[in-house]
Amino acid sequence: MDKLASARDALSVIESGMTVGIGGWGPRRKPMSLVRSLLRSDVRDLTLVAYGGADIGLLCAAGKVKRVIFAFVSLDFMPLEPAFRQARESGAIEVTEIDEGMLLLGLRAAAWGCPFIPTPVGLGTDVIRNALDIKVIDSPYDDKEWVAMPALSLDVALVHATRADASGVCEIASPDHYMDDWFVRAARHSVVSVDEIVDRTHFSDPEVARRVYWERNCVNTVVHQPGGAHPSSSDPLYGFDIPHFKAYGQHMGEGGYDAWADAFLGADEAAYQQSVGGLDAIQSLPLPVY
Amino acid sequence: MTFSLAELMVAAGSRVFDNDGEVLATGIGLLPRLAASVAMRSGNPELLMTDSQSFVLSSPNAVSGSKTHAGQANENWMGFSRVFDNVWSGARHALVGPSQIDRFGQSNISALGGSYDAPKVQLLGVRGFPGNSICHANSFFVPKHSRRVFVEGECDVVCSIGYNVDRLPRGYELSDIDIRQVITDLCVMDFKGPHFQPRVTSLHPGVTLEEVRDNTGFELAVTDGLSETSAPTAAQLSLMAELDPENLRAKQLKDNPPGIRAVSADSEQKES
Repeated sequence: MDKLASARDALSVIESGMTVGIGGWGPRRKPMSLVRSLLRSDVRDLTLVAYGGADIGLLCAAGKVKRVIFAFVSLDFMPLEPAFRQARESGAIEVTEIDEGMLLLGLRAAAWGCPFIPTPVGLGTDVIRNALDIKVIDSPYDDKEWVAMPALSLDVALVHATRADASGVCEIASPDHYMDDWFVRAARHSVVSVDEIVDRTHFSDPEVARRVYWERNCVNTVVHQPGGAHPSSSDPLYGFDIPHFKAYGQHMGEGGYDAWADAFLGADEAAYQQSVGGLDAIQSLPLPVY
Repeated sequence: MTFSLAELMVAAGSRVFDNDGEVLATGIGLLPRLAASVAMRSGNPELLMTDSQSFVLSSPNAVSGSKTHAGQANENWMGFSRVFDNVWSGARHALVGPSQIDRFGQSNISALGGSYDAPKVQLLGVRGFPGNSICHANSFFVPKHSRRVFVEGECDVVCSIGYNVDRLPRGYELSDIDIRQVITDLCVMDFKGPHFQPRVTSLHPGVTLEEVRDNTGFELAVTDGLSETSAPTAAQLSLMAELDPENLRAKQLKDNPPGIRAVSADSEQKES
């Protein structure tokens, strides 16, 4: 089955009010070209689930977001994501703030068809006081109380992989696939953007096949977009764009989302890439060293 | 032998791991990471550490001066999802630097002031603090000991469980909570005072107990025979130089103060 589509066509399944999970981690391997396509669309009132970076910041700043389910929103070297910070401090969005591991358990519960997964994580903290939709329950097996982490069922998952074939077999060649497999499994519909399209025979190599973290029957659409993770990284192909993130922070601070969008967003991804120095420049960004 | 305050704190920070055995040591931030790295190279070679990305290392990477992860001493892959598989069993000790710490040892990295819907200052979010605090040992690293950090009441957002009866989950004892040590620029503390009260265990050279109390928003117990924080050994300083060749540790504390204070401490006290 050929699942290749343009970003715009791939994202036509997203309607206002839906719950959308976004893969990656902070400034690393985010499906940013898909996020930019959402920014250009007229959807709104989204509930977002993510280990957040500029994906969450931008969508909040653009007024696309009703609620964010998050453990952090950060750009690593810039610990506080500037646009998310503005959205939070102005009260523009609703939130459910949970532990990083609770987010993982919520995705797993959704993937496995369970209403919740019990965990001690969150007990004794403001997470369970503030997130009113998360219950603490008795156990049938011991006398302790447990957090019943509810399933985080996603309408749509957006993730970025290194490469895929047209049928949706996806390779993540980066050091970590993060929780992307669980985002894809927790979703009714998954859209994967990739830097490179390959033939099926690419996966014959068992070393490559081990870098496939979910099955093609979890993937609905593949969007071929070289450089599509920019300004986040797509290790090993390119690192994250520190100067661009700084410019992003500056635009958000001085003129808000409109200033950033006027300077960079463009009418399509080609225009965006031109505004940030072109695809060659993106693909030359050095990999981060931690 | 001269050493900086940052180096004194790193040496003290490294000692929190000494009796841990084979656990994952996680230092968040440059000085805590350097402390954990020094521990793995000296006091406790059984420690596990990661490359802050996705591999467990047999020997820690330098905290500065590296241009690539190539050639590092990989031991096994451990992506972020797998970190939980290992550490929720309890086999980890994290050394972290929260924005607020209260008398219960509860801590905050999420937000300051305002409300849940609109905090006055958004910080990181709770990250992994709730899970870390109920699953494994934690110690704190505080570069600037002040009442802004050691708050009078409870933390604005309680991100990690502490020794607080009012929040203790049913079926738990306070002794189930495992907060080890607090390393600050003034002293070392633990929570082994009466009823898990925070307690000063050593003062850094030239620091008085009064100064610590003036800069802490809650009552402090004091250990019997209060001592001076041990100076870093020559071996520890040499490891710090090897693991931090660009001397970024000199840039972590304002004006990089010496480890042994000059006699006229007045000017420094005014600042805090």
